[in-house]
Amino acid sequence: MKTIRIIPRLDIKGPNLVKGIHLEGLRVLGKPSDFAKYYYEQGADELMFMDVVASLYERNSLHDIISETAKKIFIPITVGGGLRSISDIKEVLRVGADKVCLNTAAIKNPQLIRDASRMFGSSTIVVAIEAIKESEGKYLAYTDNGREYTGIDVFEWAQKVDELGAGEIVITSVDREGTGQGFDIDLITKIRSLVSIPVIAHGGAGKSQDIVNLLKQESADAIMVSSLFHYHFIKENESKASTLEGNVEFLKQKRNFHTFEPSSINDSKKLLIENNIKVRF
Amino acid sequence: MGNIDKKKVVIIDYKLGNLFSVKQACDTVGMNAIISSDKTDVLNADALILPGVGAFLEAMTNLKQLGLAEAIIEKVNNNTPLFGVCLGLQLLFSESEEFGAGKGLDLISGVIKKFPDNLENRKIMVPHIAWNTIYKFEQNWSEVPLIDLKNDDFMYFIHSYYVKPSDNECILTKTNYDGIEFCSAVTKNNIFATQFHPEKSAAKGISIYKNWAIINNLL
Repeated sequence: MKTIRIIPRLDIKGPNLVKGIHLEGLRVLGKPSDFAKYYYEQGADELMFMDVVASLYERNSLHDIISETAKKIFIPITVGGGLRSISDIKEVLRVGADKVCLNTAAIKNPQLIRDASRMFGSSTIVVAIEAIKESEGKYLAYTDNGREYTGIDVFEWAQKVDELGAGEIVITSVDREGTGQGFDIDLITKIRSLVSIPVIAHGGAGKSQDIVNLLKQESADAIMVSSLFHYHFIKENESKASTLEGNVEFLKQKRNFHTFEPSSINDSKKLLIENNIKVRF
Repeated sequence: MGNIDKKKVVIIDYKLGNLFSVKQACDTVGMNAIISSDKTDVLNADALILPGVGAFLEAMTNLKQLGLAEAIIEKVNNNTPLFGVCLGLQLLFSESEEFGAGKGLDLISGVIKKFPDNLENRKIMVPHIAWNTIYKFEQNWSEVPLIDLKNDDFMYFIHSYYVKPSDNECILTKTNYDGIEFCSAVTKNNIFATQFHPEKSAAKGISIYKNWAIINNLL
């Protein structure tokens, strides 16, 4: 049996770690480096940094976060958000990313996937697909954190991404993202049946059991989680939770927590092992 | 103590992939390492690291164009320690089965093969991107940089090709990916090389850099 990777996802806005619901309504949670260090120590298998605003003038703070992290954290780091060209990719790899994650630019110009995977190796190029359910069995791909409609069928796009030479796909259920209602197992299982590259499932994990439910059916090669682990970190480290942008009251109320049973990576992995799912421990 | 006294390690830059993490691992364990594409630096090095991400053919083409292929062969034959990582391990072998890829540095005899896309009617996801276990094969680990590791420790893998050495004697570790067993680390004389990425394999991976430096008196 294969070993499944558990990948905490850190959404970044400027210097801050943020979290939204359905990829929107972002709240500041704290300093990315505090969360990254904690996840590394807790046995995260990789880290994903996503620049959710990705405006050009803020790019430098993302670069600082990556290079600071890569100096102390010896697990793979994937960076996404706003990467539009070969030179953008080169730049984030140069400051310490191991892989890059493309979405908007790849949909606008699919050739970028082919060019980038030839130049940097397939295994360096991850493509994110943001899926919104249209009707039963029908999903459309969106870009810009679920904001921009493309009209592209998710399943056709996933196959094309594979053919173009990407090394991995992150499939996000925008409908489930940030809600804690569990993964969209149908969506993820179908994507994985259609492609030959590893599939990372994202969006909806509210408790560790949700991860077990997905992986029992061998529906994914890795899972990406944010709220579930972030809320655990905040509970454990209240003093490190943000005081930067006035969301302290929100954090104290833990308003977002009610649909979640926050868990550490360690505890999530224990539950997976109890359910005969292989993880690094 | 300044860097002047320390032996010089050259991380060979053949213009593919990310060398940042390899350099960080070297710095963390206290090696005096520089990144260079300069043939003269390679020829003057006390030890070499051949990292690598990307395509075999492009890597060999770049190594030849930069005059580095000859320099690496000369150094290895003169007993300079060399540490190969991922594609850097594959480049040490004789040739790749990848279409049009051709010859490698041929310092170790064997071929490079691609993972099949299915096995016994089961789909195999390629690339192999996972933390996976390494286990002992012909050699024991007491005198190699794996000395602090236990059988079945996890290392980070990310690759579509693997090596098949002609001679089992060089095989240090094996790994099983979804039913396919392959060679995941080798040693031959002054060469040590891993298919996995020790610099991305947390504390246990960093111990491999540390022990390689200690064994070769680089600290």
